[in-house]
Amino acid sequence: MCKRLVARANKLPLRSTTPRGLQFENNCEIGVFSKLTNAYCLVAIGGSENFYSTFEAELADVIPVVKTSIGGTRIIGRLCAGNKNGLLLPHTTTDQELQHIRNALPDTVVVQRIDERLSALGNCIACNDHVALTHTDLDKETEEMIADVLGVEVFRQTIAGNILVGSYCSFTNRGGLVHPHTSIEDLDELSTLLQVPLVAGTVNRGSEVIAAGLIVNDWTAFCGSDTTATELSVIESVFKLREAQPSAIVDEMRKSLVDSYV
Amino acid sequence: MMEGVIRFTEMVEEQGMFNVKQTVGTVLCCKCGILMQPNAVNMCAKCLKSEVDITEGLQKHATIIHCPECDKYLHPPKTWLKAQLESKELLTFCVKRLKNLNKVRLIHADFIWTEPHSKRIKVRLTIQKEIMNGAIIEQTFIAEYVVQDQMCDSCSRVQANPDQWVAAVQLRQHVSHRRTFFYLEQLILKHDAAAHCIRITQMDSGIDFFFANRSHAVKFLEFVGKVTPVRSRDDKQLVSHDVKSSTYNYKYTFSVDIAPICREDLICLPPKVAIRLGNMGPLVICTKVTNSIALLDPLTLRHCFLDADQYWRSSFKSLLSSRQLVEYIVLDVEPVSSGVTIGGSKYLLADAQVARVSDFGKNDLIFNVRTHLGHLLSAGDYALGYNLYGANSNDTELDKYRDLILPEVMLIKKSYEEKRQKKRGKPRSWKLKSLAMEVDDSGNGRDNEEKRNAEYEQFLRDLEENPDLRFQISLYQNKDYEPSEMAYVTDGDDVPSIPLDELIADLHIRDAETRPDESEDGDDMRD
Repeated sequence: MCKRLVARANKLPLRSTTPRGLQFENNCEIGVFSKLTNAYCLVAIGGSENFYSTFEAELADVIPVVKTSIGGTRIIGRLCAGNKNGLLLPHTTTDQELQHIRNALPDTVVVQRIDERLSALGNCIACNDHVALTHTDLDKETEEMIADVLGVEVFRQTIAGNILVGSYCSFTNRGGLVHPHTSIEDLDELSTLLQVPLVAGTVNRGSEVIAAGLIVNDWTAFCGSDTTATELSVIESVFKLREAQPSAIVDEMRKSLVDSYV
Repeated sequence: MMEGVIRFTEMVEEQGMFNVKQTVGTVLCCKCGILMQPNAVNMCAKCLKSEVDITEGLQKHATIIHCPECDKYLHPPKTWLKAQLESKELLTFCVKRLKNLNKVRLIHADFIWTEPHSKRIKVRLTIQKEIMNGAIIEQTFIAEYVVQDQMCDSCSRVQANPDQWVAAVQLRQHVSHRRTFFYLEQLILKHDAAAHCIRITQMDSGIDFFFANRSHAVKFLEFVGKVTPVRSRDDKQLVSHDVKSSTYNYKYTFSVDIAPICREDLICLPPKVAIRLGNMGPLVICTKVTNSIALLDPLTLRHCFLDADQYWRSSFKSLLSSRQLVEYIVLDVEPVSSGVTIGGSKYLLADAQVARVSDFGKNDLIFNVRTHLGHLLSAGDYALGYNLYGANSNDTELDKYRDLILPEVMLIKKSYEEKRQKKRGKPRSWKLKSLAMEVDDSGNGRDNEEKRNAEYEQFLRDLEENPDLRFQISLYQNKDYEPSEMAYVTDGDDVPSIPLDELIADLHIRDAETRPDESEDGDDMRD
């Protein structure tokens, strides 16, 4: 289920059919200030608690929501990359932050700080639980580290001629959204690589920087407040979120189990 | 093996890079959800138009002021631009009147048709502007102008007082005939110098020209200065004065005095002038007047030129003028020296025996004179000259010369009077145009009119006899002229007439003014 929630001061998040969107300190680029995976959620420290409480309300019962900073900055969404297996942090992360994150995340998640010249790992790496797309100029060691820590297959790619793959696409195990100017051949190629359906689209009212406006995992997605209804419907359909609940998979399975039981 | 690899890569490089064909996919418009090609804003054109209006803040209504009399439009604060409806000038003017248009880029502008009497002008403008994300959008909008009628300054001034002139040029020549003015009239017509004239008035011993603009008057004045030796002075008179804007309206007058020396005049040079000109005999004949005066000493065939400045520095009057010409009959001619060409005309010094036509047969008064017309005259010819023998000249200059012996007769030109008698009453094959002059006929009786007609006739005869006089002016074919049967009679000494190829066929255009643009064979000037 995709949500756009009101972020007005002192107002509880509404669950309505005409949602109006999420904002971090009046900025709709929420993907810059947060990171969402299937196993955890990282949120930046903001002035008001609204941003954090939105995530908490939605995700707290399922996955840990961690408030943190990286290297003293709040742009954590763009600095780190991770999936349910692990989390990669840039060399600018302080020891205290590293420790804090390690403590807060479940033990199944490997937290690793890597030494990489391109330190905005969130812009350079886009991944789901099985495949990762990286910046073409990434170091060989970093590539090996990614394969190791995140447990994924790594491909160096460009998206619509842009080398910052982490910014211009966002994909999960169910589907993915890419830069709107991606050609059909590129889409096919990427789709084959990633083994998920891909769609070219926009977020935040025509913005091409997908990952900045949208954070998504297998059952939830959060968008910036400027996202139009059309964009929302595209996101919902490609990431297959309409009926997705954390326990939906299990429920479906239970139905079949019950059937077989009888 | 290595060489094989290198050669293969070279081959690939030669053929160029291997490019995958890129097909642009479609995305949904982020607002309305229709399929579209991705663009900089990822919105379909309609949504974009509803979102962004680049014509916001641009002026779409304006007022322009138009003068109905002269069809001009006001460009504030003071300039009036003449422009037709739906013309390029009007389009430029309308676009300039819109403020803020320099903030966007104007691609195209044209008129939308409106009824002329609706007093509205509509212009369709296409502009381009850059918006967020670097996208440039193009939009068309219509600007409407309300036309207000208001008379421009010059029209209102003309309306208030139609005879209002701003500058006047007053030409005067203090002689007893009007030959100069006839000739000047023809010159003005040829050069179209009086094009900007509002009014021309014929005065006693002169003509007044009125202009609406001081610069036109100055231009005319300079033209006159180039064709006649003149002396001028100018003055101005305050008509009105606007205290607030400190503008002054004046009436300018230019008083022009033409030198009183004319062709064929007999002049006695003052001693100073004679000495300055190299001791030319005090009696000289004026042979040609343009912007300088050409003088010829008939007894020595010496000639000189006097500039307007030089003349006016020490001015002199003529002793006898062409009114006082008397007819002589030539009895005998004996050339004295060889012929000489001065200034394009031939002269031959000769001794001639002449007698006055009035004396002829009555008495035996014969004069032996030296004349410069030896090349023209032969026995039995008639000539016109000045009767110094019988003249009673009251000239102070003449008195200054103590030892001067005056010749009794000074022959000036050959006379065709006898032959003219045969042709009397028959129309000429050519005619002249004239300026539209108002004649100021105050207190002059019928005598003056007869005198004037006689003078004009004399002027026409002069034109016939002198080709160099004709050179400067335009002659037109007379449609009413029919060559008479008498033309077949070839006379040895026919009356000089103007050959047909010098005449210009009159060009008749629907508009009033005809211009001598066409001539029968080539240009009249290239004689």
